[in-house]
Amino acid sequence: MSETIIYTENLTKQYGAFKAVDNISFSVAKGEIFGFLGANGAGKTTAMKMLTGLLTPTSGKATVAGFNVFKQAEKIKRNIGYMSQKFSLYEDLTVVENIRFYAGIYGLTNHQIKVKTSELIDKLHLEAVKNTLIGSLPLGWKQKLAFSVAILHDPKIVFLDEPTGGVDPITRRQFWNLIYEAASSGITVFVTTHYMDEAEYCDRISMMVDGKIAALDTPELLKKQFETDSMHDVFVKLARP
Amino acid sequence: MSSAILTVGVEKNFGDTNALKAIDLEVKSGELFGLIGPDGAGKTTLIRILATLLLPDSGTAEVLGKEVVQDYQLLRKKIGYMPGKFSLYKDLSVEENLSLFAAIHNTTIEQNYHLIKDIYAQIEPFKKRKAGALSGGMKQKLALSCAMIHEPEILFLDEPTTGVDAVSRNEFWDMLKKLKGRGITILVSTPYMDEAELCDRVALMQKGEILAVDTPQQVVANFGKELFAVKSKNKFGLIKDLEAYEYTNTVHAFGSYLHYTDNRSSIKKDDIVKYLREKGHEEVEIKSILPEIEDCFMALMEDNE
Repeated sequence: MSETIIYTENLTKQYGAFKAVDNISFSVAKGEIFGFLGANGAGKTTAMKMLTGLLTPTSGKATVAGFNVFKQAEKIKRNIGYMSQKFSLYEDLTVVENIRFYAGIYGLTNHQIKVKTSELIDKLHLEAVKNTLIGSLPLGWKQKLAFSVAILHDPKIVFLDEPTGGVDPITRRQFWNLIYEAASSGITVFVTTHYMDEAEYCDRISMMVDGKIAALDTPELLKKQFETDSMHDVFVKLARP
Repeated sequence: MSSAILTVGVEKNFGDTNALKAIDLEVKSGELFGLIGPDGAGKTTLIRILATLLLPDSGTAEVLGKEVVQDYQLLRKKIGYMPGKFSLYKDLSVEENLSLFAAIHNTTIEQNYHLIKDIYAQIEPFKKRKAGALSGGMKQKLALSCAMIHEPEILFLDEPTTGVDAVSRNEFWDMLKKLKGRGITILVSTPYMDEAELCDRVALMQKGEILAVDTPQQVVANFGKELFAVKSKNKFGLIKDLEAYEYTNTVHAFGSYLHYTDNRSSIKKDDIVKYLREKGHEEVEIKSILPEIEDCFMALMEDNE
């Protein structure tokens, strides 16, 4: 059995009488690409906030990268990567300045920053635009860079909140190649998406409905279980039973 | 059939960015027409020009036979517009927002209730709730009701389904089909390629240009290459190995399969299977398939570059 990176047991977040997240229990292994799906309002964002140390749960247990979400939220924040469609890079800093800035925040040494910067520029073919302001780059480039910056400090896990929203179909696929690469190097990937074809790129998927995890399995087995060959149908059957 | 929208050479620049490059587009009266493309394609800029909210740098645009720059006052009475970002008053209630829109257009909710009944009835139980406290799906229904309350002849919907889950998206498209049934012209933009199939015709857009305008069926028919779906046990390895194959034209991941086109005129599936087995792939599966809109979009993007 490989290392467990996320572990939750009856994790719950309650607002008054409303259980936004209702007793969810699951675990995610090292190097796994874990798809976190659900309808709008199902509780995905609340669950993600708890797992990233931004929100204290009401009850239950959870550890992320070996740290307790109740007591070690600050440690979690320092040991994970995070990117979303909305929050990624500073538009009025250049490519290199953004890399330096995030590397600095994550506590990398000057030498490490130098090495990582040139590695990244090379890998993403950004040499020609390295001194260009991020704001003027195409969205797809930004998102690929934002992902690479989110794993600059070699975290055990990276959380991706709708990372490919609005990205063109070719760049979207290049983005997933980066995800595969990160996962094969041992980084666990926790990702949300509204693209059902992307759900199939995950090793396992959980589907949240009304605060609970209504299904959790590999895409293959979920399709088998719901007797369909499309993840879209699985989603529809679960979200509107 | 008459044109509901007619643009000739419409251009718009923002600084050095060519948001729209000489757009020629015709949308017929009564059509459900889709602008399909990723962020940065120019969808919002085009919609804002057509909705009389933004001046084009050059070119002409007519909506319902009226020129968008000169006749903007006239046009605003006849068009409904739902912006991409939720733009209603968050601290007014559902009912107050709708009343305000009705009043601006010299009508009342009661007078035009029949127009929005199907949609508004779903959120009416919450009519005293502040708009800011609604769920995403409910906000969308309220915004559509507000865009409809003055009986517009044409609706501009800017990415109404972005960030919306697959189920709510289906429901939204059902609403659009009903509206279309009443003869209203609808121009809707979306980054989701699969939604193209729900439109009468679509314009596929990328970086300020229109790559193709056609019915979704014809877009697919124009793909013009044999397309295969390929699968094996090791998906990531399969991408790498197929990309390295000497006859490969394109390889794109599609759900649990890869979509593959070849640069030979006649393709033998067995050859591909043999090559992949030699590369150590197990459980290799290959089948001929029809392209989806997304296949076509990527092919057009690649041709364009």
